[in-house]
Amino acid sequence: MTAPRPAFETATMVRAGEELAIDVLEHHLAVIEEGEESVHAFNLVLADSARERARAVDARVAAGEDPGPLAGVPVALKDNLCTRGVPTTCSSRILDGWCPPYDATVVTRLADAGAVVIGKTNMDEFAMGSSTETSAFGTTRNPHDTTRVPGGSSGGSAAAVAAGFAPLALGSDTGGSIRQPAALCGVVGMKPTYGTVSRYGLVAFASSLDQIGPFAGTVADAALLFDAIGGHDPLDSTSLHRPTPRVLSVLDDGVDGMTVGVLAEFLDGADPDVVARVHQAAEALGAAGARIEEVSVPEVALGLSAYYLIAPGEASSNLARYDGVRYGLRVDAADTVAMNTATRTAGFGAEVKRRIMLGTYVLSAGYMDAYYNQALKVRTRIIEGFATAYARCDVLLGPTAPTTAFAIGAKVDDPLTMYLSDVCTIPSNLAGHPAISVPFGPGDDGLPVGVQLLGPALSEGTLFQVAAVVESAAPDLPAPRLTTGAPS
Amino acid sequence: MTSGWQMVIGLEVHCELKTATKLFCGCPNMFGDEPNTNVCPNCLGLPGSLPVLNQQAVELAMAIGTALHCEIRPSTFHRKNYFYPDQAKDYQISQYDEPLNVDGWLDLPDGFRVGIERAHMEEDTGKTSHAGASGRIHGADYSLVDYNRSGVPLVEIVSAPDMRTAEQARAYVTELRAILVASGASDGKMEEGSMRVDANVSVRRSAEAPFGTRCEIKNLNSVRSLGRAIEYEAQRQIALIESGEAVVQQTRHWDEGAGRTEALRSKEDAYDYRYFLEPDLVPLVPDAEWIRAVGDTLGMMPAERRARLIGLLEQAGGATDAQRDQVATVVDLGLDDLVVEAVAGGIGSGLALARTANEAATDADAARALDPKSYLELLMLESSGSLSATQAKAVLAELFARGGGDPAAIARDKGYEAMSEDSLAATVAQAVADHPDEWGRYRDGDDKLAGFFTGLVMKATRGQANGRAVAAELARLRG
Repeated sequence: MTAPRPAFETATMVRAGEELAIDVLEHHLAVIEEGEESVHAFNLVLADSARERARAVDARVAAGEDPGPLAGVPVALKDNLCTRGVPTTCSSRILDGWCPPYDATVVTRLADAGAVVIGKTNMDEFAMGSSTETSAFGTTRNPHDTTRVPGGSSGGSAAAVAAGFAPLALGSDTGGSIRQPAALCGVVGMKPTYGTVSRYGLVAFASSLDQIGPFAGTVADAALLFDAIGGHDPLDSTSLHRPTPRVLSVLDDGVDGMTVGVLAEFLDGADPDVVARVHQAAEALGAAGARIEEVSVPEVALGLSAYYLIAPGEASSNLARYDGVRYGLRVDAADTVAMNTATRTAGFGAEVKRRIMLGTYVLSAGYMDAYYNQALKVRTRIIEGFATAYARCDVLLGPTAPTTAFAIGAKVDDPLTMYLSDVCTIPSNLAGHPAISVPFGPGDDGLPVGVQLLGPALSEGTLFQVAAVVESAAPDLPAPRLTTGAPS
Repeated sequence: MTSGWQMVIGLEVHCELKTATKLFCGCPNMFGDEPNTNVCPNCLGLPGSLPVLNQQAVELAMAIGTALHCEIRPSTFHRKNYFYPDQAKDYQISQYDEPLNVDGWLDLPDGFRVGIERAHMEEDTGKTSHAGASGRIHGADYSLVDYNRSGVPLVEIVSAPDMRTAEQARAYVTELRAILVASGASDGKMEEGSMRVDANVSVRRSAEAPFGTRCEIKNLNSVRSLGRAIEYEAQRQIALIESGEAVVQQTRHWDEGAGRTEALRSKEDAYDYRYFLEPDLVPLVPDAEWIRAVGDTLGMMPAERRARLIGLLEQAGGATDAQRDQVATVVDLGLDDLVVEAVAGGIGSGLALARTANEAATDADAARALDPKSYLELLMLESSGSLSATQAKAVLAELFARGGGDPAAIARDKGYEAMSEDSLAATVAQAVADHPDEWGRYRDGDDKLAGFFTGLVMKATRGQANGRAVAAELARLRG
């Protein structure tokens, strides 16, 4: 397959009337038709509504109007983003049959920017997982090797972009759910500063950690999508009132004079080939004029433990509403209380149940101080640790995930090993900071490696600026082949 | 109260705020609409919905805090987690360990001061009804739920355990209700559930003894129920202790029909609510300027307004007990401005108060809407003798019916020309001539017969005669 055309070019051509949005869409629908069976990136492909939308974009261009910066660009949405009248499942049986009566703010903003929503992508159930294997609707497969996982939880969105099903996708990142699958699928994925992108219409997993962000084939495309979805939203009380950094304009500014810290703790547990790629990226940044330092933030080592107390705690509350009373699955039983139990027993998968149990426990009277409140203190210490590092460095550099894509089934029965996939991504969520994963060549197994850039709150401009330099120095990655087995 | 025992009472009052919209969404805050019509993704707890705090609700909550002399502080919201179908999210957003209002007080009309521990904000639940013999969720054939009330703003006002009698508890709720209404925060309608009271009751052998084990009584739908329930519960606890048993800390349900409390659940089966900070909201930190602005919009509270009327009576020589009751009525109905303006216009405070408490109070809504100037003019016509008391009442009724107007013009329309002295004298003379026996007894000093003659004159003039003028004429004839 040919390398997908960047969204930026597509939008420019559609806005100029040089290409029809409907043709762009049909091309992508054809790619989906060809590859979806082996990848299973989507829970739902919205061919009809996408065609309607694409024709509307073309009509606006024909009428001399500008449909916006994403004119005619197909975008795939993680299936935890509410779409009016379209099933939104979170890849869970518990939401069986539910169609939201409203659009998420990001969905509205995509429409306002002229984008064409092409489908809803598969994910770990309620975003709880690192491989997309906890989906109730089957596993998404990595387009670079369909025996491997795409990562997760936004595995469907990452795979859709990697497979050329859509040039852009949105995911959500609670502990790495955008960056880790982006790394494993060889695409760009970015988690914005908490509060930068509205969470209104994002089905909550852990509200204080969740943040929506872009997937794209290139850093520039990720910047284009981030600019379109960010900004204050009165419907989200945690949405920042400060201006969102506009990132598109700084992409060519380079790294001359910047200080990049290579984060030692992130290298500790990573595979040697992944570590080698991180060093290679650091050298490239050094060659481009940045000062490279090794930095230690010991507190980040506590992140994983703290995360698995805070996130399940919030999740146990957020997922209480799936009780069979108002919407989604209902399993009838003798009375309401029995119905609640029967519905939740049938509707949730094992990983979701595990986290609800864990979260209920850590919030319980008598255990709250020992677990949840302790984790909140760790969270504060991580923020302080990062602050010390950012006093010296503009950005931090490390791997996104400790390994390349692992085999389907390899970790799904071993939760603790699976949780370690997110050890390098979780600290940014706990701190509320932005971070971006950029593909940086293949690992020893020929599968994509992602390097991660981390910055302080609202440093998106700097992150994209550095990411563009990393991208330009990245070794070539074999194109996805949508087949079994890694490229030789 | 059984001698040798003292009750200890603390009250928790939930008050629905009179906002245009709900606490965290834009749905109308309306009582009595078709079920599930005032709902949206937020108050139905749909996935992906988020709460946005209602500014008007915060201001009304701050008004309550100000009226109860509380400190208004930076506050936060927590989630109170428990499964129940009337809760759209299966958790309630409520202020927990950092409430908006703390450490205030409320003075009862007799001067007894009750401490206010806190007055915090939270959202109301929907309403469930359970079909089937049990009437409860367990064993119901089916349950119905109406989410119109889901997300309606509430303030929960928690008193200190300062009250010692059921009468004080009743007075507290009555006074608190008046404050809530006067501050514009609530309509205070217990019968519609916009004000709900839970009572914590314990007993002890003396005022010096430590507090006993308390029980919380729910389902108190009127001030009367509150008093009955407290009396019953205190007696129940005393009987337990006197028979050598211990009071078990429980939540108890007041059965109005049976006149007793029944155990709902004990402390051991209390829910673990797993409170934690609501991550979808940010802290509520009112600045000094905002607090001051809300305070400035707050009118006079009932205690102050009662004192104002008593002050007017005292200037005129003092207030009787009956007049103190009238003052309470007038303030309770929000008609005290009518009295104050009438007195300022030269009307005697006794007349102004009596007319307001007895007549204006019969249609308080209309009276509150009346231009105080019209009311003053009416009382001046009565006070000067141009209208009799009966006529003045009729004109007032007409003013209410018309929603205002010129009392003098209404009096003319009704043909209430003040009787000339000559025609009054002639009517009195006729009555005397017609009843020589009675007149003789009156002349010999039987003053009670003055009423008899006044009645005759009133009947003859169809109420147009001024009673005081008749009395004066009778006295003059008697010589």
